[in-house]
Amino acid sequence: MRSGTVHALVGENGAGKSTLMKILYGMQKPDEGTIAVNGEQVSFGDPGDAIARGIGMVHQHFMLADNLTVLENVVLGSEKLHGIGGRARARIKEISDSYGLGVRPDVLIEDLGVADRQRVEILKVLYRGARILILDEPTAVLVPQEVDALFDNLRELKAEGLTVIFISHKLGEVLSVADEITVIRRGTTVGNADPKSTTTKQLAELMVGSELPSPETRESTVTTQAMLTVQALRMAEVDLDGVERVVLDDIDFTIHKGEVLGIAGVEGNGQAELVEAIMGMRVPDGGTVVLDGQDISQDPTRKRREDGIGYIPEDRHRHGLLLEAPLWENRILGHVTERPNSKGFLIDTAAARRDTERIVREYDVRTPGIEVTAASLSGGNQQKLIVGREMSHLPKLLIAAHPTRGVDVGAQAQIWDQIREARREGLAVLLISADLDELIGLSDTLRVMYRGRLVADADPATITPEELGSAMTGAASGHLEHDRDPAAAAATVGSEDTDGSATSGGEDR
Amino acid sequence: MKKFDKDRLILGIAAPVLAVVGALIVTALVIVATGKEPFTAFHVMINYGDKTDSQVYILNKATTYYLAGLAVAVGFRMNLFNIGVDGQYRLAAFFAAAAGGAVSLPGIIQIPLVIVTAMVVGAVWAAIAGVLKVTRGVSEVISTIMLNSIAGIVIGYFLQGGRLGVLDKSANMVSTKPLPSSGHLFNFNTTGGPVDGFIVLAVIAGLVYWYGLSRTRFGFDLRAVGRSQSAAEASGVSVKRMVITSMLISGAMAGLVGMPTLLNESYDYGTDFPVGIGFTGIAVALLGRNNPIGVAVGAVLWAFLERASNGLEFEGYDKEIVGVIQGVIVLAVVIAYEVVRRYGITRQQRQVGAELAAAGTKEKQEVAA
Repeated sequence: MRSGTVHALVGENGAGKSTLMKILYGMQKPDEGTIAVNGEQVSFGDPGDAIARGIGMVHQHFMLADNLTVLENVVLGSEKLHGIGGRARARIKEISDSYGLGVRPDVLIEDLGVADRQRVEILKVLYRGARILILDEPTAVLVPQEVDALFDNLRELKAEGLTVIFISHKLGEVLSVADEITVIRRGTTVGNADPKSTTTKQLAELMVGSELPSPETRESTVTTQAMLTVQALRMAEVDLDGVERVVLDDIDFTIHKGEVLGIAGVEGNGQAELVEAIMGMRVPDGGTVVLDGQDISQDPTRKRREDGIGYIPEDRHRHGLLLEAPLWENRILGHVTERPNSKGFLIDTAAARRDTERIVREYDVRTPGIEVTAASLSGGNQQKLIVGREMSHLPKLLIAAHPTRGVDVGAQAQIWDQIREARREGLAVLLISADLDELIGLSDTLRVMYRGRLVADADPATITPEELGSAMTGAASGHLEHDRDPAAAAATVGSEDTDGSATSGGEDR
Repeated sequence: MKKFDKDRLILGIAAPVLAVVGALIVTALVIVATGKEPFTAFHVMINYGDKTDSQVYILNKATTYYLAGLAVAVGFRMNLFNIGVDGQYRLAAFFAAAAGGAVSLPGIIQIPLVIVTAMVVGAVWAAIAGVLKVTRGVSEVISTIMLNSIAGIVIGYFLQGGRLGVLDKSANMVSTKPLPSSGHLFNFNTTGGPVDGFIVLAVIAGLVYWYGLSRTRFGFDLRAVGRSQSAAEASGVSVKRMVITSMLISGAMAGLVGMPTLLNESYDYGTDFPVGIGFTGIAVALLGRNNPIGVAVGAVLWAFLERASNGLEFEGYDKEIVGVIQGVIVLAVVIAYEVVRRYGITRQQRQVGAELAAAGTKEKQEVAA
């Protein structure tokens, strides 16, 4: 890659993107092969070496201390560069201004939004003298407006002669920001693409050798029979400073049989708490949860699962898997009281193993066998195992939190298909996602969550990601009407014709 | 899949072997540093520990250590560190001895009564730590250490003439009223001396431990909590209830620790009742990777080392050498397990990657062809 360019690296999950980045950043050692920076062959023993060579990495999960200021976070660990006082502040200002980052040095990190935190991460890397920036899925946590702002920043960096390596799953974004694209599959480079003459479709085909999936739902399967009714759900939480914060504020909604209710929202606005309250993992302060005509508000998690709630958790490592256990034990997890996993009080290991084999086959989990630990699978394959497990128990309600996060295009299509198919058979789905295309494409009804409240609703047949984005930041509320809402309309000038041609999927409430 | 299993077996055995070998090397260095010859010392240990009466001694000791190891292992399996096995078994043995001495029933009732009393007392004592952890967030490490000390004081209070103790004027010793002869458990008589009949119950306890953990729903839940508390919670396990239940089980198992001594050897609880076995149990559980067979091997090894220390003394070596070996083994075990575990994980990840890549190229070739 040449200096002064944005070079995108795309590939399926498990294709080797992260491994490649880890090698470039000195976190892992290559078995063979060479790396050359500015024509000079280098080898990195640890990230320190990489930083010394001017390579900096912005991780997907931010590495910032919430209770320190921006200035303190930036100088942390490199106090020797410009001290920790006035000189450091001046340097931060200088970097911030020259690349248009707009970072304020004295604000506490905890007061910043996700997009601002990301800019601090970028500044942190620049402060250490990086000339090559690696951004690992930087747009995963941003709403469309913020993505545009990030891309403007990247263009500034590029104009100053810096090189950016950009990793992403979202092909549209890659095409709009990258100068060059490298596609890798199963650990090898399978091709380069010129963004000017490539379409997302072609790129996707390069990546997986198959067609680009579309999350669009064709026909409506919504019935009038309520499957899940949540009423007046409230939850307050005392944070570390002892301040009580309302995380769920009078949540009301109904999901019918065969309906997908999508909840949009910037992460941390109460979605996780809502899911955990419905699952029974947290006790709300008030409100009722009714599943298929039965009040389950007081039931423990296991009872709710047995009653037919399937759960695809947001954080599969924390809530969905036992990483050090073999796959077949993970197949039992969450359904230990149900067949085929157990008979009476005993685990039926033979049947569980057989059924794991079936899931591996039917859900295309790529693994050499069911005795390997869950940790040795790639993220996408772990997710396929979870989806397979939850679907195998024919849930009445599926709670899917970011079901395709970190999952490659091929697996994504498969997961969407499975949700759609189950929905046709009367499954009710609560879908929470940061991928707005996924939300709009799969949902029959859309609600927007902001600061613990459902502030807006929209018809997925007509809404655009930009309109949804503005409601997610609190700029718009109520019923989002495609034409009437001025704030949303302003954000979408010139994109009127991009509406999905999805048909009558929506049902306004 | 057979290949993976075999590799895993080798990895599983590698850690304890590495640890023991490492410990022997360190010990040899220590012996050399004291100006003596290490190989003779090892020779003496093996010769002495191999005698028939030594074998009986080792088996009897190992029975006790095995039960203590299992009690600790139950906690370890769900990330609970029950240091309180020591206090639990002493208190349990004391009250069981007192109860057994107070009544005289046919053996078929008398012996179970003593055992059940011990299990209940041990369970209740351990449950205190469980309840404190669940309701007040008190670390079980702290509370069980405190409870050990309290158990000692409680025993000291009751073990006095006029309370639950009987003073033996001639020996100047206090003990509980001895069990009637119906409360004596059978022994296996061998040329080296009697082997405690309780060894049978220890084997059964091991089987129950293995079966309960690996084959039942409850065992699955318990292991799930040990591997990931958050995932277990999401899967529907009530972690709080599980903490209390597993402390109850661990405590009940600890209650058995004093039984071979009480029912097969001393028949009463006196001031000379063995102490500190709970801590040995921690070492044995670590050594055996919480595996029922591994714990048995660890218990036998531990008992052997203790026996061998006597032999060393006869030959003019310092018997504390054995203490050094034991200490180094535990340290080495902890390190070796972690090293082997990490190696195993990365190795498997690489293997999975390689196998999938191989499958991928095949696919590609097929497509090309």
